[in-house]
Amino acid sequence: MTVNKSLLIPLAVFILLVTVLAFGFRLEDPHYLPSELIAKPFPDFNLQDLHDPERNLTVDDIKGNVSLVNVWATWCPNCLVEHPELMRISREEDIPLYGVNYNDDSRKAIGWLERHENPFLFSIVDDKGTLAIDLGVYGAPETFVVDRQGVIQYRHVGAVSREIWERKIFPVVELLRAQAGGD
Amino acid sequence: MARVAFLFLLVLLGACCQQAYAAIDAYPFPDDELRQRHNALIDELRCPQCLNTNLAGSDSMIAKDLRREVHRLLLEGKSDEEILDFMHARYGDFILYKPRLQRGTIILWFGPLFLLLVAAVVLFRLVKSRKVEVTNLSEADARRLEELVGRK
Repeated sequence: MTVNKSLLIPLAVFILLVTVLAFGFRLEDPHYLPSELIAKPFPDFNLQDLHDPERNLTVDDIKGNVSLVNVWATWCPNCLVEHPELMRISREEDIPLYGVNYNDDSRKAIGWLERHENPFLFSIVDDKGTLAIDLGVYGAPETFVVDRQGVIQYRHVGAVSREIWERKIFPVVELLRAQAGGD
Repeated sequence: MARVAFLFLLVLLGACCQQAYAAIDAYPFPDDELRQRHNALIDELRCPQCLNTNLAGSDSMIAKDLRREVHRLLLEGKSDEEILDFMHARYGDFILYKPRLQRGTIILWFGPLFLLLVAAVVLFRLVKSRKVEVTNLSEADARRLEELVGRK
């Protein structure tokens, strides 16, 4: 049986088109925005330490180690959901965890951390939300993985669970550490 | 009568509340042109947390913060384009209601036009190649053709 080969061309074009469109219009959670900040340096800031208003924190304070930066607030219900996992990470995992207290009242924030325990080495007071805007935050909680040079390497929007830590965050941390070790 | 008075009060209350609502975001502007630009910008920027509301129409915290940022940037003398760039650098394509001309949108907008052009070329060639040139008929064939045409 002979097939006119040129007849296969439209079929090939059609399959190609379907593939491209399927990828382009894939149905995913429309709440999830792709981050613009991956592989970009952590934005500059100069803000107070929540527990020590005399102390000014800058981007240099989070450099030096592969670290986690968690954007949280007392008004954010999902922050309470992820809190036990953050506590576990601060106790069991060997990684510095910093907080960005986003659009919050500092007194309430300190009280909240006293009630639920404080997993953060320090919390940056972002009461105007300016650092959050520079980070492209559109809700809380959000968690960023920052490498030793202060470059954002991963971003997780929403609560961190044990599963998210194991499947998404920890592999990135491990990879970054391996790269740093190889230098 | 009491009902009418009650309704009247209700309307009055509504009017008061509206005024209070409008005052929440009353940013001071040195001139009207700046205010208009502010309103135009928050109209065409999408609130990142909401799926289909602009900054002007959203009550969410992030929309409020971003309206304040637009105001701040305008007072700093930034152009509309610079402000849109500022937002785009942080929140990506999602925040712009008017998408930009870039790789994805070029394929989306001009791809169909390109495919149509390709189809037209292919069709043109197909039609052209099907036109069988009839020349050099033998005597007998020519006579038979005459016959066929003539009989019609």
